[in-house]
Amino acid sequence: MLQFDHVSMRYPAAGDVLRNVSFHLERGEMAFLTGHSGAGKSTLFKLIAVIERCSRGQVLLDGENLNQVKDRRIPFIRRKVGLIFQDYKLLQDRTVFDNVALPLVIAGYGHHEVARRVRAALDKVGLKNKEKKYPAVLSGGEQQRVGIARAVVNKPPLIVADEPTGNLDPELSAEIMHLFEQFQQVGVTVLIASHDISLITQMNHRILKLDHGQLVAS
Amino acid sequence: MKRVNRKENKQERWQTKRAGGDFVDKLYAYRNLHAHALFSSLGRLVASRFSSAMTIVVLAIAISLSSGFYILVANLQQLAGNLEASNQISLFLKDEVSEARANKFADSIRKNPDIQDVKLITKEQALAEFQAYSGFSEAVKALKKNPLPAVIQVLPKNAFENEQALEVLLDDFKRTAEVDFAQMDMQWVKRLQSIMELARRGVTLLSLLLGIGVLFITANTIRLELHNRRDEVVIAKLVGATNGFICRPFLYSGFWIGFFSGVMAWFIVTIIMLFLKQSVENLSRLYDDSFHLLFLGFAETLSLLFISSVLGILGSWIVLHFQLRQLKPE
Ligand SMILES: Nc1ncnc2c1ncn2[C@@H]1O[C@H](COP(=O)(O)OP(=O)(O)OP(=O)(O)O)[C@@H](O)[C@H]1O
Ligand SMILES: [Mg+2]
Repeated sequence: MLQFDHVSMRYPAAGDVLRNVSFHLERGEMAFLTGHSGAGKSTLFKLIAVIERCSRGQVLLDGENLNQVKDRRIPFIRRKVGLIFQDYKLLQDRTVFDNVALPLVIAGYGHHEVARRVRAALDKVGLKNKEKKYPAVLSGGEQQRVGIARAVVNKPPLIVADEPTGNLDPELSAEIMHLFEQFQQVGVTVLIASHDISLITQMNHRILKLDHGQLVAS
Repeated sequence: MKRVNRKENKQERWQTKRAGGDFVDKLYAYRNLHAHALFSSLGRLVASRFSSAMTIVVLAIAISLSSGFYILVANLQQLAGNLEASNQISLFLKDEVSEARANKFADSIRKNPDIQDVKLITKEQALAEFQAYSGFSEAVKALKKNPLPAVIQVLPKNAFENEQALEVLLDDFKRTAEVDFAQMDMQWVKRLQSIMELARRGVTLLSLLLGIGVLFITANTIRLELHNRRDEVVIAKLVGATNGFICRPFLYSGFWIGFFSGVMAWFIVTIIMLFLKQSVENLSRLYDDSFHLLFLGFAETLSLLFISSVLGILGSWIVLHFQLRQLKPE
């Protein structure tokens, strides 16, 4: 499903952020990505979403080389990847409902289908009664979950989450991780960046560890 | 292996019913996207009433200026069109010239190869005509002496399109003993017509300039909107929006701005015309009702709305074309 092949990423300003990273995630596999702050986790995710292109090596998603995709194709690749951001990236002037609905509206779903799916997704993350609220009045954890609902509402085959539990209490963190496990159960490939070593070791999934841009364990 | 298979089945179920599955779905999706863009852009226009209203008023004034001048020229043209231009020269003969001498004089002109037609109107004929058409017949009867001169109407050949040649001919006639006064009949009509031609070109030029103005005012409005909604554009891109999806609402915004400006310009022009209507009609009555005020007609209204909408769309397209690429998620 997702394959990194000797991938290096160099920012002119920061030097090599990723160095010779190689790994392969099977369809329906779940894995964690850890590493110190600045290790390159978010950068790795940017390559998956084609926000950046790597300087060396290749990233394959569903057999498609992301280095070589045309700009016109990028939106359709992003629709296959449910992205959850460290800083949520919610629209502050839209309700929770509208935020979650965005990927569906973009894909051209009709009203009823949008409403049905959005409610189902919000229900999954436990925000069923907050659909009319604006992100600004929600707690960090709630905003995080809105971001998760938005990432899964389109049922993408790959979910990539950057610190999805960074703002949640231990109990809610565990709950959200179990939610991701549920997605995995139905065949979704999941890759989660997290600092929470105790939580992820306890969960018994594959762990990829980055250290100064190098993959030191997988 | 078996486990993987089971997972793939589930994956497929998870993936079914995605938009764009077949043609009909695609069609629906396309319609949904357009409806979304159409109404969301209208909604935003309403939400930012104040600034949209200001833009639209400015645009409407620009558009009404050019369409106002257009209709003004059209009206003047109608007025000028009623008057036929010809090169005819009228020779008013001196009072002492007898009818026989006048006839002889007319014959001599007829011999000139440059002249197409000559017509003598004797004093009596002139009086009869005047009595018939002026409505002053009683007053004329009261006159002891016919005050009207005999007139010879001379129509030069068409070769005399040239003004200077006509002037020379006219001067020759003026120097003739029999002639009291010679006048080129419709010279002023010709002058008016060339002024009209000038005015028409002026209107075209003015419309072109104002059109460019409208284009750039719309472009600037859309640029501001794009700037204000930067975050939204970036986030939409991150969750898989195509450039088309992102552009559409802005293009529709441009359309609405142009369209509403056109509607408002139509009202401005029409209201001004209604103000003028009464006085124009009073004036026209004095000239036996030959003139009626022209309003913006159906075809003209349609093209007004069409052109202003297109300018709006074009204005926002220009901005999107040059600025969207700069809005990358990074
Ligand atoms: N756009 C950029 N331009 C230049 N350098 C960058 C850019 N983005 C990231 N970097 C650098 O790349 C390195 C890795 O950053 P990255 O965000 O991937 O770390 P991270 O593992 O996600 O850290 P954290 O756990 O704090 O989120 C950092 O040193 C950062 O300064
Ligand atoms: Mg990070």
